[in-house]
Amino acid sequence: MSEFKIVGKPIPREDARAKAKGELKYADDFSLPGMLYGKVLHSKYPAAKIISIDTTKAKQLPGVHAVLTARDVPHNETITRFGQSAEVGKGFEGLYRVLADKKVRFRGEAVALVAADTEEIAEEAAALIEVNYEPLPGVFDPVEAMKPGAYLVGEGDSNIICKFGCSQGDIKKGFAEAEVIIEDTYQVPFVDHAYLETEGGVAWIDEKEVINIRVGSQVIEHFRDVAEVLGLPHNQVRYIGTMMGGGFGGKEDITVETYLALLTWKTKKPVRLFYTREESILCHSKRHPFIMHYKVGAKKDGRLVALEAELISDAGAYPYLSPWVNLYATVNAAGPYCIPNVKINTYCVLTNNTFTSANRGFGAPQPNVAYESLMDELAYKLKIDPLEIRRKNCITTGKSLSTTGQVFNTYVALPEVAEKAWKALGETKKVEDKNKRIGRGLAIGLMSYGRMTFLHDTSRCYVRLESDGSVLIRSGIPDLGGGQVSLLCQIAAEELGVPMSKIRIYYSDTALTPLAGTTTATRQTYMSGNATLKAAREIKKRIIQKAAEMMNVNPEKLVIGEEKIIVKYDSAQYLPLLEVIKACNTEGIELFCEAQFKGPFTMVPDLSNIRGTIFPDFTFGAQAVEISVDIETGQVEVLKLVTCYDVGKAINPLSVEGQMEGGSIYGMGYALMEEVVMEKGVTLTPSFSEYIIPTAADVPEVEAILVESGGGLGPYGAKGIGEPSCSIIAPAILNAIYDAVGVRIKSLPATPEKIIRALKKHYFEGR
Amino acid sequence: MMEEYPIELTINGEKIVSTAKAEESLLRFLRRHGFYEVKGGCEKGDCGTCTVIMNGKAIKSCITLAGQANGKEILTVRGLEKEESGRKLQESFVQHGAIQCGFCTAGMLMTAKAYLDENHQPNKVEIRKAISGNLCRCTGYKKIVEAIYAVAEENQKSK
Repeated sequence: MSEFKIVGKPIPREDARAKAKGELKYADDFSLPGMLYGKVLHSKYPAAKIISIDTTKAKQLPGVHAVLTARDVPHNETITRFGQSAEVGKGFEGLYRVLADKKVRFRGEAVALVAADTEEIAEEAAALIEVNYEPLPGVFDPVEAMKPGAYLVGEGDSNIICKFGCSQGDIKKGFAEAEVIIEDTYQVPFVDHAYLETEGGVAWIDEKEVINIRVGSQVIEHFRDVAEVLGLPHNQVRYIGTMMGGGFGGKEDITVETYLALLTWKTKKPVRLFYTREESILCHSKRHPFIMHYKVGAKKDGRLVALEAELISDAGAYPYLSPWVNLYATVNAAGPYCIPNVKINTYCVLTNNTFTSANRGFGAPQPNVAYESLMDELAYKLKIDPLEIRRKNCITTGKSLSTTGQVFNTYVALPEVAEKAWKALGETKKVEDKNKRIGRGLAIGLMSYGRMTFLHDTSRCYVRLESDGSVLIRSGIPDLGGGQVSLLCQIAAEELGVPMSKIRIYYSDTALTPLAGTTTATRQTYMSGNATLKAAREIKKRIIQKAAEMMNVNPEKLVIGEEKIIVKYDSAQYLPLLEVIKACNTEGIELFCEAQFKGPFTMVPDLSNIRGTIFPDFTFGAQAVEISVDIETGQVEVLKLVTCYDVGKAINPLSVEGQMEGGSIYGMGYALMEEVVMEKGVTLTPSFSEYIIPTAADVPEVEAILVESGGGLGPYGAKGIGEPSCSIIAPAILNAIYDAVGVRIKSLPATPEKIIRALKKHYFEGR
Repeated sequence: MMEEYPIELTINGEKIVSTAKAEESLLRFLRRHGFYEVKGGCEKGDCGTCTVIMNGKAIKSCITLAGQANGKEILTVRGLEKEESGRKLQESFVQHGAIQCGFCTAGMLMTAKAYLDENHQPNKVEIRKAISGNLCRCTGYKKIVEAIYAVAEENQKSK
């Protein structure tokens, strides 16, 4: 079918109107009679031995219903999962500890839980808990933590939690052939997700003794993990996922759900628990900081011949999703380039900093900063145009990824997107201010969409065509704000030939909706989109079959649209959808279907040399910026930003543009302003007064260019865009700074202070 | 227990007679009275998520005491519908794709409404400045600015 009625149209999202009217109920917009208020007592030291905890005074406070410590948790130690059902082995599953036991590993770690009649009493009770700590030295630098004899963060005999490698060709030979070699170290900081809705929810026990947790979560499959902490059967814990006020990977791990479950289980009363902004920044996950040593070799004509990289990342105090994030970083480490000789080594290390885990881009944005800066450096050194050097080296259709060797058999849009983004910058802006210098930067990249293939990913969706022609969808899909839920409605509406207004969807409930998997890994358009497509098409097939009988024509001659079954090329000949539904119902033909979509399955790779297919597919993109740098203040202003991606097919162009524009600004914050500053494990940026994210006054003119090759694995050839959209803007900005003032900033964020310091060095000492 | 004081105010045209604790913020007071459409994002005036209109001016309800609203008229996003200018903004946000997670939307709409009531011919740069006290992490602001600008333009034409 070539003519779309609903798919591909920039239409308002299913959830938009309720949000505009203030009618949508988020996790916190809900209460129950007799509800208690939960509070977490967090560790005040980043590293300490817990000598004793005395809860007597806290328990005696009137209005307090429960005070819990590690001792009260049935299974305080389990393993970190994120919804996978396939066995993946020990290399990936780290320790998940609910409450600190014997030893605290980071400042902000949960030590005790309180439930009380009011929030004030809960706070007062938490303050009355007497924890006797013996402070320990701790270790806060991953490089230090790797050394033999370093302070041990956990109970193991090393702080290194994972080591990944991959290589191709002969790295020594590669560098021997090189005519130019550049070597450098890049560093990126801790970053906060900064969603406006902090972590939290409400839990209660129903008449079946099921613990219900109403929470904003990207992974409702954590119901299993919560059940295991409590020692209950999986079907005794239910997640009711709400629309989230932003996720960005921060609601991918368990946030407060185990605390809620424990408090409601112990008190037998409903409990509400929400993090304050300070708790959200101090106590929940951050994006991994990386130290990246890179060495790149090329021929004089700019052709890359060798790339060697050592990546060291800071996992913080617990593993969480660190192994997975580091696997992404390893796969992305050689960028979107064809390089015959490659060697990558990645280490992830525990420290006594706040733990790190998923954050939009999941390990891809970090190495992108390093390799794209080096490509730029190479271009300047060899006097080759930034676009030309990328065109010369980038992966094209039929070529393979230089880290894993995964072959790209579908269209690789890199040359196209690079050229489009670069050209769209247009005429150089004129700036009057004599202190301002203009510069341009380009970066290209690829990022996977869909989960790693050895996780054996599936998604399910149920679709039902009602007797009045309306449609009901049930899908476990969580919506973090990207329009995941609306997308499924659009697909069902298109396939069943009904308007969007006739679709109702129930989502994100582990008891009542078929599990659709996690809203992570940029996987929902691809996975749940396909599951919905499959279910809707099955119903469509039955409808068309019936209509064909009724009209006495070949079913292949029929199409569905505008609530009619129409004879192709003869729109005067049709049956109203309602009539066909009636006939089907009379004969008991099933107008409902629960379908499962399965991604490609592979085996767990050899982690010391990761080769072969690791991801189902990739999204290719380019971002280009024009900026000004004030040489007196070091202030960077982004004047124009172009983001160009091959999205396969934009099912809702408004949502796709929204991801591309929002992702660009998310990445711009990474480049220029965002850093969770930690000093010996103490966070110095605990609020939005210190942790600065872009405001409307900071943003440039953003132009989103959509390439629609139709080559994706998603419905109608769609690819994923959520995470790729933010993953290369930082190096584009760094490259533009170099172009403007001739200094290369090698650690994010590129603050005015760093730029001024670099400029001084540049002018007074030479480079 | 903290002392409570009588308070009387109008919220979305409806008179509310109640009590408030001395240090209770207007945000907490509103939510305690079921006005869940007013969201809290930081509770210290940084993010603008909790913005409501008090006697015609956009204010951050998390750093306004409930007591300061005594005798005042409060408009929240659920009251926007009653006014044409509010309805237009809501619909423009919907049509322009200016809403993603929607958590900033209620506050953003209130800031936009108060701003457009006072400023009839803003350009996009001025709109960006006007909403710079309201953080949004999802959209990159482009579609929000376009949505507000479209309403300003339409208002101009209909004059």
